[in-house]
Amino acid sequence: MLGKLNWSAIPFGEPIPLVTGIVLVFGISAVLALITLKGWWPYLWREWITSVDHKRIGVMYCMLALVMLLRGFTDAIMMRSHLAIAAGSSQGYLPPEHYNQIFSAHGTIMIFFTAMPFVVGLMNFVVPLQLGVRDVAFPTLNSVSFWLTASGVLLINLSLVIGEFARTGWLAYPPLSELQFSPGVGVDYYLWSIQIAGVGTLLSGINLVTTILKMRAPGMTYTRMPMFCWTALASNLLIVAAFPILTATLAMLTLDRYLGFHFFTNDGGGNAMMYINLIWAWGHPEVYILILPAFGVFSEVISTFSSKALFGYRSMVLATMCICVLSFLVWLHHFFTMGAGADVNGFFGVMTMIIAVPTGVKIFNWLFTMYGGRVRFEVPMLWSIGFMVTFVIGGMTGVLLAVPPADFVLHNSLFLVAHFHNVIIGGVLFGAFAGYTYWFPKAFGFKLHDGLGRAAFWCWLTGFYIAFMPLYALGLMGATRRMQHYDDTGWQPLMITAFVGAVIILTGIGCQVLQLIVSIRQRDRNRDLSGDPWDGRSLEWSTASPPPAFNFAVLPDVQGEEAYWGVKQSAIEDKRLGDEPEYEPIEMPRNTPTGFITAFFATITGFALIWHIWWLVILGLVGAYAVFVIFAWRQDEEYTIPVEEVAAIDRKRRHYREQRLVADRKPA
Amino acid sequence: MLDVPPKVADAGDGAIHQHSVVESIMVRGQRNRTQAAICILLLTSACSGGVLDPQGPVGAAEKLILLNSLAIMLAIVIPTIFATLAVAWWFRASNTRARYRPSWSYSGRIELVTWSIPAMAVLLLGGIGWVGSHDLDPPRPLVSKVKPITVQVVSLDWKWLFIYPDLGIASVNRLVVPAGTPVSFQLTSATVMNSFFVPQLGSQIYTMAGMTTRLHLQADRPGTYQGLSSQFSGEGFSRMRFTVDAVPPAQFAAWAAQAKGSSGLDAASYAALRKPSQRVAPFTYGSVVPGLFGTISGQKPVPATTPAKKV
Repeated sequence: MLGKLNWSAIPFGEPIPLVTGIVLVFGISAVLALITLKGWWPYLWREWITSVDHKRIGVMYCMLALVMLLRGFTDAIMMRSHLAIAAGSSQGYLPPEHYNQIFSAHGTIMIFFTAMPFVVGLMNFVVPLQLGVRDVAFPTLNSVSFWLTASGVLLINLSLVIGEFARTGWLAYPPLSELQFSPGVGVDYYLWSIQIAGVGTLLSGINLVTTILKMRAPGMTYTRMPMFCWTALASNLLIVAAFPILTATLAMLTLDRYLGFHFFTNDGGGNAMMYINLIWAWGHPEVYILILPAFGVFSEVISTFSSKALFGYRSMVLATMCICVLSFLVWLHHFFTMGAGADVNGFFGVMTMIIAVPTGVKIFNWLFTMYGGRVRFEVPMLWSIGFMVTFVIGGMTGVLLAVPPADFVLHNSLFLVAHFHNVIIGGVLFGAFAGYTYWFPKAFGFKLHDGLGRAAFWCWLTGFYIAFMPLYALGLMGATRRMQHYDDTGWQPLMITAFVGAVIILTGIGCQVLQLIVSIRQRDRNRDLSGDPWDGRSLEWSTASPPPAFNFAVLPDVQGEEAYWGVKQSAIEDKRLGDEPEYEPIEMPRNTPTGFITAFFATITGFALIWHIWWLVILGLVGAYAVFVIFAWRQDEEYTIPVEEVAAIDRKRRHYREQRLVADRKPA
Repeated sequence: MLDVPPKVADAGDGAIHQHSVVESIMVRGQRNRTQAAICILLLTSACSGGVLDPQGPVGAAEKLILLNSLAIMLAIVIPTIFATLAVAWWFRASNTRARYRPSWSYSGRIELVTWSIPAMAVLLLGGIGWVGSHDLDPPRPLVSKVKPITVQVVSLDWKWLFIYPDLGIASVNRLVVPAGTPVSFQLTSATVMNSFFVPQLGSQIYTMAGMTTRLHLQADRPGTYQGLSSQFSGEGFSRMRFTVDAVPPAQFAAWAAQAKGSSGLDAASYAALRKPSQRVAPFTYGSVVPGLFGTISGQKPVPATTPAKKV
């Protein structure tokens, strides 16, 4: 009846997962009880869960990412504290079977459920606003994408309490991940949570590519798009091209595990190296999927806070698209040590270095954007400058690893671990935080607390260096990744230093949590009534904060690069806003629970597949299919916002703008 | 900054290769002073024992490539970091002396330079990478007047089996090689994937079931070097370590003769060895079923013949 599921799946004998599980269950129950008692369910259901508004979905993506950042970081600090102890005769406090689950979960969660939702969330929120349109191309599909990602998150966290997680690393290399060596449900949790979330990501990619290619405001030609839209386009093209490879690769491993196929097994003519090639054919584009939108954020932030247009816009576009194409030609640098031969290694090494050229160009262009500007050191700008300094170091060690003979001694070492944290923390995460601080007032109508934001930045920056510079050194000393114990006590001081760094990062995260709470409590003090708190240059700043459901009362007519900057300058020159437009009623897509219900059935299907509960699998699939059929037969898909309401909302915005225009005219 | 005391020489075999950075600077003289300086820069006061303290030609060549590439890139990276900080600070909004040029956002000449600098660096590094890949390709035999010895390596859960086909002996978790002699490795795995790595000797290479990889290394001087698997392989991964003892040729012959006295590696003892185990103390086999490595890498059952006395 319940397949492989029985009471032994609950970790009664292991105190750490058991206590974590109990705390989690209580925590979630408490939140749900609070929502029920306060009667917030109808509001949540109406405004968030069934919302197809790209802004709401974007915000939910980012919230999901922040929560998962906490989970992933918990894993990280457990590993660092364990390794600070586990030297010589001490075995630390995490036995290998637990430690192996932790590093596997850490990688999987940080990439798939923290970094991905964060950048997808930012793109979802910002891209339609910057393009001057009212929503993405397929609003309901957008909701489905988000909820499928949430379904993946739910499954991976379920493994904490019911069963176990994979002990195979974040990419689950076979043959270790095959049934022969990993008979438990851990790898199945890995496979199904990523497959379900991966479908969500792919759909989201299709949605955003279509939006950018087909739905720009009048006059918004390709070469007038803000840089963030370009990087979003490149990133989503990569998603569309790369994620099917991931899905297919994991599907083959699934067939091996479930139906006795031999794609990657040791026996029966399988070849695990095929998996490793395929997974990196997705995996390398994946890192650019993450970093390109971050590059976009930095372009926006550096230009805004330097009060200057982005330097070398066309050059930046070219660099972005170069990276987009080249990212598919470098995957083999993840396994130079497979023995593919000198020509193959040499080719992929050189290709990898070539990708550093457009990246280097970007760094220089940001530098020249600041040159001749008026740089305001607001929090998003701090993240950006921190990024520029940190990322060139990470890029340098990356190119070092791309030299095959150097990689022969650095591969799989802590040097490599330090390198990719250097670029993912210093690049993707700093970018996400810059974007989070930058667009927060746009999403909620008030700024985040400034002092705590600065404190968080400095903690993250110093914490990062103290945590990861020792790992570079340890890697050169011969320390390998994923080790649960080391004999050489000479390494311990560096390991302890790295742990101290992690604690400083923890302080930074604490500041961020506090910042969110304080900012919400003091929201009246940091209100942004103008909709343009940073003196922005692109269209998202031309509408109110938070933007109305329809984004723009009248679709903007774009006259040049930096669409909003131009409008703002002419308003300042004319000392008045443009004439009030003729308002018209606006049709917007209706809310729908399709995404939520689809994800509900997807979760059931995934859980049933993991535990081999076949009747439940069939039930889940039938349910998910039924939702699609019902959705396809829906009668009214849109509702109309009356012209009076549109006019009222927009007049309020214009009123604040006029006030500000008057205020700006007065000499300070 | 980080202040790790230099590693003190251990008693026994370890003493030969472990020396402090200060000593290593003195020993290598002026020629390598820059390298030693970089080494200190990297905060690795405990350089000894790692890839920056190579004990053979492969490791030494790789270290040189590593440091050369690093130096080329630092020449760009350090000025870039300083320029970033300097520009951001000089053009701060409160600095009235900085000239504000809000409409300056394009310069063909600067763009040419920004594309050229990384391109030229990559041209140089690409050359190093391409030539290095060929010179140091793992299957490529080392140039030496000394006849190489062959060692067949099998990774098991979670230990290493070293077969000496020419001598008809085998060793577990301890690789003994004559110093100054090239070692030609053939490698495979009887279990999941692993990576055979001796940081002080240089290149690592994957061991994969059903496949044979090749690697050539050499220890120039007698000494004991740590070896490990650097590819995660499951529960016993962290303990899947071995020692490499590079000994003078005469001592090697003595060791081989002594090993001959151990029991043999046949189908039954191989089956016992294959069972997962951790932290296995090194031991030797006095004889090996002929062609054992081939049957393992070809994934065929080991024939139940009596082990040959001499090969």
